[in-house]
Amino acid sequence: MSSIGTGYDLSVTTFSPDGRVFQIEYAAKAVDNSGTVIGIKCKDGVVMGVEKLITSKMMLPGSNRRIHSVHSHSGMAVAGLAADGRQIVARAKGEASSYESVYGEAIPVKELAGRVANYVHLCTLYWWLRPFGCGIILGGYDRDGPQLYMIEPSGISYRYFGAAIGKGKQAAKTEIEKLKLSEMTCREGVIEIAKIIYKIHDEAKDKAFELEMSWVCDESKRKHEKVPVELLEEAKAAARLALEEMDAD
Amino acid sequence: MDCLNLNEPHSMGTTIIGVTYDGGVVLGADSRTSTGVYVANRASDKITQLTDNVYVCRSGSAADSQIVSDYVRYFLHQHTIQLGQPATVKVAANLVRLLAYNNKNMLQTGLIVGGWDKYEGGKIYGVPLGGTILEQPFAIGGSGSSYLYGFFDQAWKEGMTKEEAESLVVKAVSLAIARDGASGGVVRTVTINADGVTKNFYPGDTLPLWHEEIPAQNSLLDILSAPSPEPMSM
Repeated sequence: MSSIGTGYDLSVTTFSPDGRVFQIEYAAKAVDNSGTVIGIKCKDGVVMGVEKLITSKMMLPGSNRRIHSVHSHSGMAVAGLAADGRQIVARAKGEASSYESVYGEAIPVKELAGRVANYVHLCTLYWWLRPFGCGIILGGYDRDGPQLYMIEPSGISYRYFGAAIGKGKQAAKTEIEKLKLSEMTCREGVIEIAKIIYKIHDEAKDKAFELEMSWVCDESKRKHEKVPVELLEEAKAAARLALEEMDAD
Repeated sequence: MDCLNLNEPHSMGTTIIGVTYDGGVVLGADSRTSTGVYVANRASDKITQLTDNVYVCRSGSAADSQIVSDYVRYFLHQHTIQLGQPATVKVAANLVRLLAYNNKNMLQTGLIVGGWDKYEGGKIYGVPLGGTILEQPFAIGGSGSSYLYGFFDQAWKEGMTKEEAESLVVKAVSLAIARDGASGGVVRTVTINADGVTKNFYPGDTLPLWHEEIPAQNSLLDILSAPSPEPMSM
């Protein structure tokens, strides 16, 4: 479903006659081509998971991290152009740090999401810059509780209790909607996300993938960190089992 | 009189106090602003509003403390708009101390920031001369505070009621006024809690008299209008 820009798509500072900015839409396509990223807000925290597609067998497992901590209380999972994502993460870290220097308290997650969104949007306003080709899922836990935000290449930022971006986002969203998130703990959420990612992974199109997950919840003392190894292995095992059961039907 | 120099900078010798209680804070201050030995304002209001829920007690140089309050009020206003909700006491105190610390060579003002927010409840932060910030259950400042350290050691207790806290503050300020020449006038208090802000005013003649204090006399002219006794007869 490609839309022909016919001349209105050459610059991010040009509107089309039907009111669209094609360059931003093309940037969103870059996100849609990357591995799926999922985030859910459970009753005691936020869990994020990434389907990290492995391009080379020689890659060391655990490298090419897609989830980054921005502050002790929040982290970002990036889909799309990884290098663009690194830039955004660096900016977010800077914002969090400078907020704390001035105001003496940790940056509220809402404020952080707003600043990241502003920055992403900024790069859609000038002809000499290109939009960021990445979607961000930002999860954090501050004094207002756990929160999940998604920031798109256009600079739009909304708060969600379940979000997915990347190749399998439609399938993932369908699966997330089936979950009862308000009653789920993060521990359970980790297992569920692993199951979803394994389920939506397309074995035919993309070969191998590595599952990367992080959480910030009461159990992690409200600190954003990688999901503990044992829990991650448990989740992977449960996911593989669920797949086998599905195939067995 | 060579001791009366009206061009001396206005200073608020002052006694300022901030006390937390179970549910909020009580801020108190005297009302004397002096230029040298002349009392430039005997009814000043040294407890200044920063936001709806945070106030600051000012001591030291009147000009310096006013300008710091003005800047912080301005920054907090913008911060509140950006955040979409009231600023916390901690943020207000941090902004005060950034100004106090970064301009320490030019400023001479001790401040006590106190208020209430929905996350931490009632909080008091002391920001003395060098720009330190210290969260305390109660704080005292100004020239009159020297006379109150021992008093608070004995009279302060955790978990007071609003009435106990307010009477403690009024008593303390009036004790300091009795001993410190640079403090005087009336006692003003501001109580901040979940229900809002209450301001009170205690005129000098309602305050108790302490050791060796002489009762106030309105005017010697009263003696003239009184029947028969001559002036100066005892």
